[in-house]
Amino acid sequence: MPLDVLIVDDSAAIRKILQRVLRQADVDVGQVYEAGDGLEALETLKRHKVHLVLADVNMPNMNGIQLLAQIKAHAEWASLPVIMVTTEGSQSKVMEAAQLGAAGYIRKPFSAEQIKDKLANLF
Amino acid sequence: MDTDRIVQAVAAATGEVFSTMLGTEAALAQPYRERMPNVSDGVVAFIGLAGKWTGTGMISCPPSLACRLASLLLMAEYAPGGDAVSEDVLDAVAEIANMIIGNVKNLLEEELGPMGMSIPTVIFGRNFTTRSVGQGDWTVVPFECEGQRLEVRICLAPARDPAPVRHGFQAPDYVELR
Repeated sequence: MPLDVLIVDDSAAIRKILQRVLRQADVDVGQVYEAGDGLEALETLKRHKVHLVLADVNMPNMNGIQLLAQIKAHAEWASLPVIMVTTEGSQSKVMEAAQLGAAGYIRKPFSAEQIKDKLANLF
Repeated sequence: MDTDRIVQAVAAATGEVFSTMLGTEAALAQPYRERMPNVSDGVVAFIGLAGKWTGTGMISCPPSLACRLASLLLMAEYAPGGDAVSEDVLDAVAEIANMIIGNVKNLLEEELGPMGMSIPTVIFGRNFTTRSVGQGDWTVVPFECEGQRLEVRICLAPARDPAPVRHGFQAPDYVELR
């Protein structure tokens, strides 16, 4: 079944790169949705069902950690895998994301192999 | 803050970003210190850092190198050899700055404690004046990339009254541009 994905990053460049990397990683990608921050991501999730969320941490309006908490607190979305893809490498942020239920934490810069490996463990 | 430690962190972070995301190399040139950032042309991206230590990270390069780096990052052609700088190019430079300064921050946090990072701001122009009202010198770490020069600047000083770090919501250091 094709994987519908939501990519959340305030950088259009990173959103483009992640789309490309997903397709390079032998993932059967279906619909790809994009959001520029956590608030936009929540609006997208209300309108579209997805199988995976890739989210940055440092974003305006609503950051990735706040988005993760909102997703995990929502009955319909609680089981949705959320992978954090971020420059933020501090141990406290990694721990916070793990405690909130993140399915993975990929640090930028990332390679296609890292994305592929992380997805292989999930799907 | 030891200048050598900053240079080491910048070199490691820049090398990793260039090899992993851009598929090219950035050769370290001779680092130096300056009182004020001597940048008046080209594409400049800067990011505020705040915690027990506070300051700014900045990357700057000529428009032609910005276009080349955007082409490598996004795997599309952006005005090769020209001076045109599109939104895609500015966004790419902002993201490269985010990755380089973010990884410098991650490396320096081992010694300086947790720091928050602002969202990058990127500027393209000519004949502008850059002025920092912060205390302390800037460490300038130049790189040669495909025959052109990219400079990474870091200015960090102990905060007078450090605020609690809330990642992703820090105000940038004040830089006045004329």
